[in-house]
Amino acid sequence: MENASDLTIWLVILILGTGTFLIRWSFLGALGDRELPQWIMRMLRYTPVAVLPALSAPLVMWPAATGGQPDLARLSAAAVTMLIGMLTRNIILAILGGAATLFGMLYLLA
Amino acid sequence: MSPSPAPRPQQQQAAADPADIRALARSPAQAFRYAMVQSVPMLIVIVPFALLFGVVAREAGIDIAQVMGFSVLVLAGASQFTAVQLLSDNAPVWIVILSGLAVNLRMAMYSASLVPWFRGTSGAQKAWIAYTLIDQSYALSIQHYERHPKLTLSQRIAYFSGTAVAICVPWMLASWVGAVLGSVIPDDIALDFAMPITFLAMIAPMLRSAAHLAACFVAIVASLAFAGLPSGLGLMLAAPLGMATGAVVEVLTEKRKRA
Repeated sequence: MENASDLTIWLVILILGTGTFLIRWSFLGALGDRELPQWIMRMLRYTPVAVLPALSAPLVMWPAATGGQPDLARLSAAAVTMLIGMLTRNIILAILGGAATLFGMLYLLA
Repeated sequence: MSPSPAPRPQQQQAAADPADIRALARSPAQAFRYAMVQSVPMLIVIVPFALLFGVVAREAGIDIAQVMGFSVLVLAGASQFTAVQLLSDNAPVWIVILSGLAVNLRMAMYSASLVPWFRGTSGAQKAWIAYTLIDQSYALSIQHYERHPKLTLSQRIAYFSGTAVAICVPWMLASWVGAVLGSVIPDDIALDFAMPITFLAMIAPMLRSAAHLAACFVAIVASLAFAGLPSGLGLMLAAPLGMATGAVVEVLTEKRKRA
Protein backbone atom coordinates (compact mmCIF):
# COMPACT_ATOMS: atom_id res chain seq x y z
CA MET A 1 0.00 0.00 0.00
CA GLU A 2 1.70 3.18 -1.12
CA ASN A 3 -0.40 5.85 0.49
CA ALA A 4 -1.82 4.49 3.72
CA SER A 5 0.95 4.89 6.30
CA ASP A 6 1.67 2.44 9.10
CA LEU A 7 0.20 4.92 11.54
CA THR A 8 -3.02 5.22 9.52
CA ILE A 9 -3.45 1.45 9.42
CA TRP A 10 -2.92 1.16 13.18
CA LEU A 11 -5.37 4.00 13.72
CA VAL A 12 -7.96 2.11 11.67
CA ILE A 13 -7.29 -1.10 13.62
CA LEU A 14 -7.63 0.61 17.01
CA ILE A 15 -10.77 2.60 16.22
CA LEU A 16 -12.42 -0.27 14.35
CA GLY A 17 -11.54 -2.64 17.19
CA THR A 18 -12.91 -0.32 19.88
CA GLY A 19 -16.03 0.52 17.89
CA THR A 20 -16.75 -3.12 17.11
CA PHE A 21 -16.33 -4.02 20.77
CA LEU A 22 -18.78 -1.27 21.75
CA ILE A 23 -21.33 -2.54 19.21
CA ARG A 24 -21.06 -6.05 20.65
CA TRP A 25 -21.12 -4.79 24.22
CA SER A 26 -23.99 -2.33 23.66
CA PHE A 27 -27.04 -4.22 24.88
CA LEU A 28 -25.29 -6.76 27.06
CA GLY A 29 -23.26 -4.12 28.86
CA ALA A 30 -25.14 -0.87 28.87
CA LEU A 31 -28.52 -0.83 27.23
CA GLY A 32 -29.91 -3.91 28.95
CA ASP A 33 -33.53 -4.50 28.19
CA ARG A 34 -34.10 -1.23 26.44
CA GLU A 35 -35.32 -1.96 22.94
CA LEU A 36 -34.31 -0.04 19.88
CA PRO A 37 -37.15 1.31 17.75
CA GLN A 38 -38.34 -1.46 15.48
CA TRP A 39 -37.37 0.34 12.30
CA ILE A 40 -33.75 0.50 13.43
CA MET A 41 -33.72 -3.22 14.22
CA ARG A 42 -35.15 -3.84 10.79
CA MET A 43 -32.44 -1.80 9.07
CA LEU A 44 -29.72 -3.54 11.10
CA ARG A 45 -30.90 -6.88 9.76
CA TYR A 46 -29.94 -5.80 6.24
CA THR A 47 -26.53 -4.22 6.90
CA PRO A 48 -24.44 -7.18 5.66
CA VAL A 49 -26.54 -7.80 2.53
CA ALA A 50 -26.37 -4.09 1.66
CA VAL A 51 -22.79 -3.17 2.60
CA LEU A 52 -20.99 -6.18 1.12
CA PRO A 53 -22.69 -6.11 -2.31
CA ALA A 54 -22.22 -2.33 -2.52
CA LEU A 55 -18.54 -2.86 -1.81
CA SER A 56 -18.15 -5.72 -4.30
CA ALA A 57 -20.19 -4.58 -7.31
CA PRO A 58 -17.77 -1.87 -8.52
CA LEU A 59 -14.80 -4.21 -7.92
CA VAL A 60 -16.48 -6.81 -10.13
CA MET A 61 -17.54 -4.42 -12.88
CA TRP A 62 -14.37 -2.37 -13.06
CA PRO A 63 -11.48 -4.43 -11.65
CA ALA A 64 -8.33 -2.50 -10.75
CA ALA A 65 -6.18 -5.29 -12.25
CA THR A 66 -7.49 -4.59 -15.77
CA GLY A 67 -7.20 -0.84 -15.39
CA GLY A 68 -10.95 -0.61 -14.75
CA GLN A 69 -12.00 -2.41 -17.96
CA PRO A 70 -14.85 -4.92 -17.52
CA ASP A 71 -13.36 -8.37 -17.85
CA LEU A 72 -15.10 -11.58 -18.89
CA ALA A 73 -13.03 -13.82 -16.59
CA ARG A 74 -13.81 -11.77 -13.49
CA LEU A 75 -17.48 -11.28 -14.36
CA SER A 76 -17.91 -15.04 -14.86
CA ALA A 77 -16.05 -15.78 -11.63
CA ALA A 78 -18.38 -13.44 -9.76
CA ALA A 79 -21.47 -15.03 -11.33
CA VAL A 80 -20.29 -18.56 -10.52
CA THR A 81 -19.47 -17.58 -6.92
CA MET A 82 -22.94 -16.12 -6.38
CA LEU A 83 -24.63 -19.09 -8.03
CA ILE A 84 -22.77 -21.72 -6.01
CA GLY A 85 -23.24 -19.66 -2.86
CA MET A 86 -26.98 -19.37 -3.35
CA LEU A 87 -27.42 -23.03 -4.30
CA THR A 88 -25.18 -24.64 -1.69
CA ARG A 89 -25.09 -21.93 1.03
CA ASN A 90 -21.48 -23.01 1.49
CA ILE A 91 -19.01 -20.11 1.61
CA ILE A 92 -15.89 -22.15 0.98
CA LEU A 93 -17.39 -24.06 -1.97
CA ALA A 94 -18.49 -20.75 -3.47
CA ILE A 95 -15.00 -19.24 -3.07
CA LEU A 96 -13.36 -22.33 -4.59
CA GLY A 97 -15.83 -22.35 -7.51
CA GLY A 98 -15.24 -18.66 -8.15
CA ALA A 99 -11.47 -19.02 -7.96
CA ALA A 100 -11.50 -22.04 -10.29
CA THR A 101 -13.63 -20.09 -12.78
CA LEU A 102 -11.33 -17.07 -12.58
CA PHE A 103 -8.11 -18.98 -13.12
CA GLY A 104 -9.71 -21.26 -15.74
CA MET A 105 -11.04 -18.31 -17.73
CA LEU A 106 -7.80 -16.33 -17.41
CA TYR A 107 -5.95 -19.38 -18.73
CA LEU A 108 -8.39 -19.95 -21.61
CA LEU A 109 -8.54 -16.28 -22.59
CA ALA A 110 -4.79 -15.75 -22.34
CA MET B 1 -34.40 -12.46 15.56
CA SER B 2 -36.45 -11.83 18.65
CA PRO B 3 -34.59 -10.33 21.58
CA SER B 4 -36.51 -12.45 24.05
CA PRO B 5 -35.83 -16.13 24.70
CA ALA B 6 -38.16 -18.84 23.48
CA PRO B 7 -41.07 -19.51 25.82
CA ARG B 8 -40.05 -21.75 28.68
CA PRO B 9 -41.43 -25.28 28.51
CA GLN B 10 -44.55 -26.04 30.53
CA GLN B 11 -43.88 -27.63 33.87
CA GLN B 12 -46.03 -30.65 33.24
CA GLN B 13 -43.94 -31.46 30.20
CA ALA B 14 -42.34 -34.87 30.71
CA ALA B 15 -38.63 -34.68 31.45
CA ALA B 16 -38.00 -37.39 28.89
CA ASP B 17 -35.61 -35.53 26.65
CA PRO B 18 -32.22 -37.25 27.09
CA ALA B 19 -30.31 -34.45 25.32
CA ASP B 20 -31.80 -31.95 27.74
CA ILE B 21 -30.95 -34.10 30.76
CA ARG B 22 -27.37 -34.45 29.56
CA ALA B 23 -27.06 -30.70 28.90
CA LEU B 24 -28.35 -29.79 32.36
CA ALA B 25 -26.08 -32.33 34.08
CA ARG B 26 -22.85 -30.91 32.63
CA SER B 27 -20.42 -29.12 34.91
CA PRO B 28 -19.21 -25.79 33.53
CA ALA B 29 -15.92 -27.44 32.51
CA GLN B 30 -17.85 -30.17 30.68
CA ALA B 31 -20.11 -27.58 29.03
CA PHE B 32 -16.98 -25.72 27.90
CA ARG B 33 -15.49 -28.87 26.33
CA TYR B 34 -18.83 -29.89 24.78
CA ALA B 35 -19.11 -26.46 23.16
CA MET B 36 -15.58 -26.74 21.77
CA VAL B 37 -16.45 -30.07 20.13
CA GLN B 38 -19.65 -28.61 18.68
CA SER B 39 -17.65 -25.73 17.22
CA VAL B 40 -15.33 -27.94 15.20
CA PRO B 41 -17.48 -27.94 12.00
CA MET B 42 -17.30 -24.13 12.01
CA LEU B 43 -13.55 -24.37 11.52
CA ILE B 44 -14.11 -25.65 7.97
CA VAL B 45 -15.16 -22.10 7.14
CA ILE B 46 -13.15 -20.13 9.69
CA VAL B 47 -9.67 -21.49 8.99
CA PRO B 48 -9.54 -21.05 5.19
CA PHE B 49 -11.23 -17.69 5.60
CA ALA B 50 -8.61 -16.50 8.08
CA LEU B 51 -5.79 -17.84 5.89
CA LEU B 52 -7.26 -15.88 3.00
CA PHE B 53 -7.45 -12.75 5.12
CA GLY B 54 -3.78 -13.04 6.02
CA VAL B 55 -2.75 -13.60 2.41
CA VAL B 56 -4.93 -10.85 0.96
CA ALA B 57 -3.96 -8.32 3.62
CA ARG B 58 -0.25 -8.98 2.97
CA GLU B 59 -0.90 -8.51 -0.76
CA ALA B 60 -2.48 -5.15 0.08
CA GLY B 61 0.74 -4.11 1.82
CA ILE B 62 -0.33 -4.65 5.43
CA ASP B 63 2.45 -6.04 7.62
CA ILE B 64 2.19 -9.15 9.75
CA ALA B 65 1.83 -7.25 13.03
CA GLN B 66 -1.04 -5.27 11.54
CA VAL B 67 -2.70 -8.42 10.22
CA MET B 68 -2.60 -9.74 13.79
CA GLY B 69 -3.85 -6.37 15.02
CA PHE B 70 -6.92 -6.82 12.84
CA SER B 71 -7.53 -10.45 13.76
CA VAL B 72 -7.00 -9.98 17.51
CA LEU B 73 -8.40 -6.50 18.15
CA VAL B 74 -11.20 -6.33 15.56
CA LEU B 75 -11.94 -10.06 15.38
CA ALA B 76 -14.65 -9.77 12.72
CA GLY B 77 -13.99 -11.31 9.30
CA ALA B 78 -16.22 -9.31 7.00
CA SER B 79 -15.23 -5.99 8.51
CA GLN B 80 -11.52 -6.89 8.40
CA PHE B 81 -11.82 -7.66 4.68
CA THR B 82 -13.82 -4.47 4.15
CA ALA B 83 -11.24 -2.29 5.88
CA VAL B 84 -8.33 -3.85 3.99
CA GLN B 85 -10.10 -3.46 0.65
CA LEU B 86 -10.85 0.22 1.29
CA LEU B 87 -7.34 0.87 2.63
CA SER B 88 -5.88 -0.56 -0.57
CA ASP B 89 -8.23 1.73 -2.53
CA ASN B 90 -6.76 4.65 -0.57
CA ALA B 91 -10.20 5.59 0.71
CA PRO B 92 -10.26 8.29 3.42
CA VAL B 93 -9.75 6.89 6.93
CA TRP B 94 -13.21 7.87 8.15
CA ILE B 95 -14.80 5.92 5.30
CA VAL B 96 -12.66 2.87 6.09
CA ILE B 97 -13.74 3.00 9.72
CA LEU B 98 -17.42 3.74 9.07
CA SER B 99 -17.70 0.95 6.51
CA GLY B 100 -15.93 -1.54 8.76
CA LEU B 101 -18.27 -0.62 11.61
CA ALA B 102 -21.36 -0.73 9.38
CA VAL B 103 -20.64 -4.36 8.50
CA ASN B 104 -20.59 -5.12 12.24
CA LEU B 105 -23.83 -3.34 13.14
CA ARG B 106 -25.67 -6.67 12.97
CA MET B 107 -23.81 -7.60 16.15
CA ALA B 108 -25.90 -5.07 18.07
CA MET B 109 -28.82 -7.40 17.33
CA TYR B 110 -26.87 -10.36 18.68
CA SER B 111 -26.03 -8.37 21.79
CA ALA B 112 -29.69 -7.50 22.32
CA SER B 113 -30.86 -11.07 21.86
CA LEU B 114 -28.36 -12.41 24.40
CA VAL B 115 -29.47 -10.04 27.19
CA PRO B 116 -32.15 -12.35 28.66
CA TRP B 117 -29.74 -15.30 28.75
CA PHE B 118 -26.92 -13.47 30.52
CA ARG B 119 -28.82 -11.59 33.19
CA GLY B 120 -26.71 -11.49 36.37
CA THR B 121 -23.27 -11.89 34.71
CA SER B 122 -20.45 -9.72 36.01
CA GLY B 123 -19.07 -6.77 34.09
CA ALA B 124 -15.86 -8.62 33.26
CA GLN B 125 -17.80 -11.62 31.95
CA LYS B 126 -19.96 -9.34 29.83
CA ALA B 127 -16.84 -7.71 28.42
CA TRP B 128 -15.41 -11.14 27.56
CA ILE B 129 -18.66 -12.22 25.90
CA ALA B 130 -18.80 -8.97 23.94
CA TYR B 131 -15.20 -9.33 22.76
CA THR B 132 -15.80 -12.85 21.42
CA LEU B 133 -19.35 -12.27 20.12
CA ILE B 134 -18.98 -13.38 16.49
CA ASP B 135 -21.48 -14.89 14.06
CA GLN B 136 -20.51 -18.46 14.89
CA SER B 137 -20.29 -18.21 18.68
CA TYR B 138 -23.62 -16.40 18.66
CA ALA B 139 -25.36 -18.88 16.39
CA LEU B 140 -24.18 -21.96 18.30
CA SER B 141 -24.88 -20.49 21.73
CA ILE B 142 -28.33 -19.12 21.06
CA GLN B 143 -29.38 -22.47 19.55
CA HIS B 144 -28.08 -24.26 22.63
CA TYR B 145 -29.83 -21.89 25.06
CA GLU B 146 -33.16 -22.08 23.26
CA ARG B 147 -32.92 -25.85 23.11
CA HIS B 148 -32.09 -26.08 26.83
CA PRO B 149 -33.80 -23.13 28.53
CA LYS B 150 -33.10 -24.43 32.04
CA LEU B 151 -29.31 -24.22 31.84
CA THR B 152 -27.73 -22.35 34.73
CA LEU B 153 -25.94 -19.08 34.13
CA SER B 154 -22.53 -20.67 34.64
CA GLN B 155 -23.37 -23.44 32.15
CA ARG B 156 -24.38 -20.80 29.64
CA ILE B 157 -21.20 -18.76 30.13
CA ALA B 158 -19.09 -21.92 29.92
CA TYR B 159 -20.78 -23.00 26.69
CA PHE B 160 -20.35 -19.57 25.12
CA SER B 161 -16.69 -19.47 26.16
CA GLY B 162 -16.12 -22.91 24.66
CA THR B 163 -17.41 -21.82 21.24
CA ALA B 164 -15.52 -18.53 21.52
CA VAL B 165 -12.17 -20.14 22.28
CA ALA B 166 -12.63 -22.94 19.73
CA ILE B 167 -13.37 -20.46 16.95
CA CYS B 168 -11.50 -17.25 17.79
CA VAL B 169 -8.11 -18.82 18.58
CA PRO B 170 -7.94 -20.70 15.22
CA TRP B 171 -9.05 -17.48 13.52
CA MET B 172 -6.05 -15.63 14.95
CA LEU B 173 -3.57 -18.46 14.30
CA ALA B 174 -4.74 -19.02 10.72
CA SER B 175 -4.56 -15.27 10.01
CA TRP B 176 -0.95 -15.38 11.11
CA VAL B 177 -0.18 -18.41 8.92
CA GLY B 178 -1.92 -16.67 6.01
CA ALA B 179 0.09 -13.51 6.56
CA VAL B 180 3.34 -15.48 6.58
CA LEU B 181 2.30 -17.38 3.43
CA GLY B 182 1.18 -14.13 1.82
CA SER B 183 4.73 -12.83 2.04
CA VAL B 184 6.00 -15.66 -0.18
CA ILE B 185 3.16 -15.94 -2.72
CA PRO B 186 4.26 -14.51 -6.10
CA ASP B 187 2.65 -11.23 -7.13
CA ASP B 188 1.45 -12.32 -10.58
CA ILE B 189 -1.37 -14.54 -9.30
CA ALA B 190 -4.70 -12.73 -9.75
CA LEU B 191 -5.24 -12.27 -6.00
CA ASP B 192 -6.83 -8.88 -6.60
CA PHE B 193 -10.05 -10.75 -7.10
CA ALA B 194 -9.87 -12.82 -3.92
CA MET B 195 -11.64 -10.08 -1.98
CA PRO B 196 -14.67 -9.58 -4.24
CA ILE B 197 -15.11 -13.35 -4.55
CA THR B 198 -14.96 -13.71 -0.80
CA PHE B 199 -17.55 -10.96 -0.32
CA LEU B 200 -19.88 -12.50 -2.88
CA ALA B 201 -19.51 -15.91 -1.28
CA MET B 202 -20.42 -14.40 2.08
CA ILE B 203 -23.47 -12.61 0.68
CA ALA B 204 -25.01 -15.46 -1.31
CA PRO B 205 -26.03 -17.65 1.65
CA MET B 206 -27.60 -14.60 3.36
CA LEU B 207 -30.05 -13.98 0.52
CA ARG B 208 -32.82 -16.01 2.09
CA SER B 209 -35.85 -13.74 1.65
CA ALA B 210 -37.32 -11.29 -0.83
CA ALA B 211 -36.28 -8.45 1.48
CA HIS B 212 -32.65 -9.63 1.55
CA LEU B 213 -32.64 -9.95 -2.26
CA ALA B 214 -34.14 -6.49 -2.68
CA ALA B 215 -31.63 -4.93 -0.26
CA CYS B 216 -28.78 -6.59 -2.15
CA PHE B 217 -30.10 -5.58 -5.56
CA VAL B 218 -30.63 -1.91 -4.68
CA ALA B 219 -27.22 -1.75 -3.00
CA ILE B 220 -25.58 -3.12 -6.15
CA VAL B 221 -27.39 -0.80 -8.54
CA ALA B 222 -26.75 2.23 -6.33
CA SER B 223 -23.07 1.40 -5.82
CA LEU B 224 -22.60 1.14 -9.60
CA ALA B 225 -24.53 4.38 -10.16
CA PHE B 226 -22.42 6.20 -7.54
CA ALA B 227 -19.13 4.64 -8.66
CA GLY B 228 -17.93 7.97 -10.05
CA LEU B 229 -17.97 9.59 -6.60
CA PRO B 230 -14.74 9.87 -4.57
CA SER B 231 -13.53 6.55 -3.14
CA GLY B 232 -15.88 5.03 -0.57
CA LEU B 233 -18.51 7.74 -0.78
CA GLY B 234 -20.71 5.68 -3.10
CA LEU B 235 -20.71 2.93 -0.49
CA MET B 236 -21.89 5.35 2.19
CA LEU B 237 -24.92 6.17 0.01
CA ALA B 238 -25.59 2.76 -1.52
CA ALA B 239 -25.50 0.78 1.73
CA PRO B 240 -28.19 2.79 3.59
CA LEU B 241 -30.35 2.73 0.45
CA GLY B 242 -30.09 -1.07 0.35
CA MET B 243 -30.79 -1.36 4.09
CA ALA B 244 -33.85 0.87 3.84
CA THR B 245 -35.10 -1.17 0.87
CA GLY B 246 -34.74 -4.38 2.87
CA ALA B 247 -36.69 -2.89 5.78
CA VAL B 248 -39.47 -1.58 3.52
CA VAL B 249 -39.84 -4.88 1.65
CA GLU B 250 -39.94 -6.72 4.97
CA VAL B 251 -42.80 -4.49 6.20
CA LEU B 252 -44.69 -4.97 2.92
CA THR B 253 -44.22 -8.74 3.02
CA GLU B 254 -45.51 -8.90 6.58
CA LYS B 255 -48.52 -6.79 5.68
CA ARG B 256 -49.35 -9.07 2.77
CA LYS B 257 -49.05 -12.14 4.99
CA ARG B 258 -51.45 -10.65 7.51
CA ALA B 259 -53.96 -9.60 4.83
